[in-house]
Amino acid sequence: MRRLFSLLLSVAAVAALTAPAAAAEKLTVYTYESFTAEWGPGPVVKKNFEAECACEVDFVSVADGVALLNRLKLEGTSTKADIVLGLDTNLTAEAKATGLFAPHGEVSGVSVPGGWSDDTFVPYDYGYFAVVYDTEKLKQPPASLKELVEGDAGQKIVIQDPRTSTPGLGLLLWVKSVYGDEAASAWAKLKGRVLTVTPGWSESYGLFTKGEAPMVLSYTTSPAYHMIAEKTDRYQAASFSEGHYLQIEVAGITANGAKNPLSQKFLTFMTGPGFQDAVPETNWMYPAGKTDKPLDPAFDRLVKPARTLMFSPEDVAKNRKAWVDEWLGVMSK
Amino acid sequence: MARHTPTPPRYARHPSPSKGERKGAKPATGISSPPSNGGEVVCEANRSGGRISYAVPLPSRARDSRVTLGILALAFIAILIGGALVGLLAAGAGDLSGAVSAFDPYLMRVARFTLWQAALSTLLSVLPALFVARALSRHPRFFGRTLILQLFAVPLALPALVAALGVLALYGRAGYFAGVLSSATGNDWPGIYGLSGILVAHVFFNLPLATRLFLEALQAVPTDQWRLASQLGMGPGAIFRLIEGPALRQALPGISGLVFMLCITSFTIVLTLGGGPAASTLEVAIYQALRFDFDPARAVALTALQIALTAVVVTLLARLGADMTGESSLSVAPRRYTTPSVAGTAFDAALILIALAFVAGPMLATVAAGLQADLGRLVGEASVQKAALTSIVLAFVSAVLAAVLSLALAMARRALALSRRDRRRPFLEFLTDTGAGFVLVVPPIVIGAGWFLALRHLGSVFGAAPVMVAAVNAVMAMPFAIRAVRPAYDAASERHERLAAQLGIAGWNRFRLIDWPVLRRPLATAFAFAMALSLGDLGVIALFGSDSMQTLPYLLLARMGSYRTADAAGLALILGLVCLFLVFAADRLGKERTA
Repeated sequence: MRRLFSLLLSVAAVAALTAPAAAAEKLTVYTYESFTAEWGPGPVVKKNFEAECACEVDFVSVADGVALLNRLKLEGTSTKADIVLGLDTNLTAEAKATGLFAPHGEVSGVSVPGGWSDDTFVPYDYGYFAVVYDTEKLKQPPASLKELVEGDAGQKIVIQDPRTSTPGLGLLLWVKSVYGDEAASAWAKLKGRVLTVTPGWSESYGLFTKGEAPMVLSYTTSPAYHMIAEKTDRYQAASFSEGHYLQIEVAGITANGAKNPLSQKFLTFMTGPGFQDAVPETNWMYPAGKTDKPLDPAFDRLVKPARTLMFSPEDVAKNRKAWVDEWLGVMSK
Repeated sequence: MARHTPTPPRYARHPSPSKGERKGAKPATGISSPPSNGGEVVCEANRSGGRISYAVPLPSRARDSRVTLGILALAFIAILIGGALVGLLAAGAGDLSGAVSAFDPYLMRVARFTLWQAALSTLLSVLPALFVARALSRHPRFFGRTLILQLFAVPLALPALVAALGVLALYGRAGYFAGVLSSATGNDWPGIYGLSGILVAHVFFNLPLATRLFLEALQAVPTDQWRLASQLGMGPGAIFRLIEGPALRQALPGISGLVFMLCITSFTIVLTLGGGPAASTLEVAIYQALRFDFDPARAVALTALQIALTAVVVTLLARLGADMTGESSLSVAPRRYTTPSVAGTAFDAALILIALAFVAGPMLATVAAGLQADLGRLVGEASVQKAALTSIVLAFVSAVLAAVLSLALAMARRALALSRRDRRRPFLEFLTDTGAGFVLVVPPIVIGAGWFLALRHLGSVFGAAPVMVAAVNAVMAMPFAIRAVRPAYDAASERHERLAAQLGIAGWNRFRLIDWPVLRRPLATAFAFAMALSLGDLGVIALFGSDSMQTLPYLLLARMGSYRTADAAGLALILGLVCLFLVFAADRLGKERTA
């Protein structure tokens, strides 16, 4: 037992001491976990950029975009981040207000639906929220948000809580952008169809794939994963006639990072093929910049929204609390 | 009453009878408790009665090193929790408006629901656990008993999401029982979303926990009492009333308080199975305050509310309990003389089987899902191996720390209880017992964020991450460990206290020679629980976790969050197996004979 103990102790010591070695030229990127995961874009991006810049990229990852902003707020001006990558447009107004970001320099080749002009943040991918359904359980998926709201309450959907989850907030904004002042009554109708409201995307997608509900709120690109990685057409996104709500993921340079010449280099790299080629099949989103390779044919079979819906980041920042409270008022009755 | 004072070496060589001793063997010396003590001694009737006659004074509080140790443990906990709150308050003091506006009607509804679901969950977990523990205690040897007890530690190590999916795999709309339940009710089975789902999942987590802890309390009952019961020909009713009941009742407030605290802070289960935001807890509001709104003042205010509500409930629960004075005589009788009747055995067997089915069902569903995964590839992955190693090392370190903390607190509590002159419990004694348990209702995100704010000016917070995670996990596991250690320590102290004082054995020697042999098994239980708990932890890791600190549950959720459901199911199985293995190892170490 004593030997076991000392073995474990030395393992602990080694684990605690293996800090990354310091390098002369280093770029620190704060991002979220699924980006740096071994199947995410992180490893490819790191390799490609390091080959280009002869520097070292150090990823620091937290749970998701919201946690990313919080991490930055917690660290304040003492943050080690040069680049923060992984905020979405619902968070950028708040992120700017912290004063922790610096304007970016010249960036070219960005293309996202509705165009892009922001002096601080640069998009790297985008996607649309969508209701994903199980074709084996649901033969007639709703063709519009209205049909979802007013349809058969026996056909359930799992959604996420807008207080704790990004897609949850996405659906809230989607409904708001379609129904406007009628959003509360729309939620009151939809409520009967909602099987449960989970804290995050993982829980709801887990319930969906376990067969608990035939529909889940996710992205138009979700079926691409199932088609490419699992070779199945079983899960598809429903196309809604009112249009789909857009989510754009962005990166920005921190005030500290502005002093590091690598930061601007990275943003330029980010909108080029060295980064963008990795996006579709690792992050399962649409690339926001130039790619060298064509997208997998499966992407051609995805829902192409008739209209793109989106509030400005400022509108979201201003109204989020009131809209979430409205949602809460209806859903918690 | 001062009787039989054997020489110290006897103590060292003969700890409380181990399982190896044969049932029904004649005790070496024919010492028995005086009949008058048979039942009543268990209750608080003669607390001072037995004490006066001793010539040797008990160590005073000022001289007792155990109290000092306890105060040190408390200080450690206080710094960990207090530091976080100070960090948050310092950052949030500028803007208190959020703290004030938090108390709206919705929050009041949430607070009500939080209390309601936690109270029901506690009742449904603890009440059956009393009887299951009694059944297990009445049958100290049967095939599979050890495995059942080891399995009962596994739910704690499962992330809430895995448990929720496991429960749904049975009782969900697409669950194994959905067909049966649909035809039974005549309608499509709607699943267990809502309060029922929350309760089922909470009972799945807490029934096995409470059972093991109650069993620990029953096993601390001096063996002479069982022998006496048998000699007096007591029936099961009388045994329950005079022996088992009081022992269980003494443990009741602590264990139900513990379960209550776990349920009041429930988050993922309440939201996922609750069916909508009407089913929400204060923990969600705290999480929201820190995560989305980044309002430290509000988070602290809500945490204070959560602690206050828990304090009220714990105070009420304390009234259910009984203080028990243990047996001050040396235990010489082997365990158990009475053999339950055939009907009693059948009843116990049914109870144990039902509990086992209830707990093992979702676990089997998790195993079945896990076997679908490509386990060979998963086990071969470097990230999985690294995460498993990180998890095991963290869990081990946390569990050692938790065991030390709980032992220090249990010893201090006992020393304080011995030194008090009247019946009123001093606050320090309360702190060393239930009070320290309140750490459970401080959300990990609050501790994490608070320390982050406090440490951010002191260089790298990442460097502190492993230390923080281990420390927080240890403190969060400590309340469980105390429940396992305290009954055994109190019982041992009741028997050995005066002897140790008479012979002047104190400090390390006393621990080594007198306490350790008796505490070995309960400490192993405490250790196993602490390890399981740290193994499944996500809260602290999620905030501090960086790429160098990925644990198994962390990896599991990451896979789940990127469509890799099958991988996640496989990891859940691996996590469960790792936990079972660690619990098994802890049990073995606990049983090992002192050479």
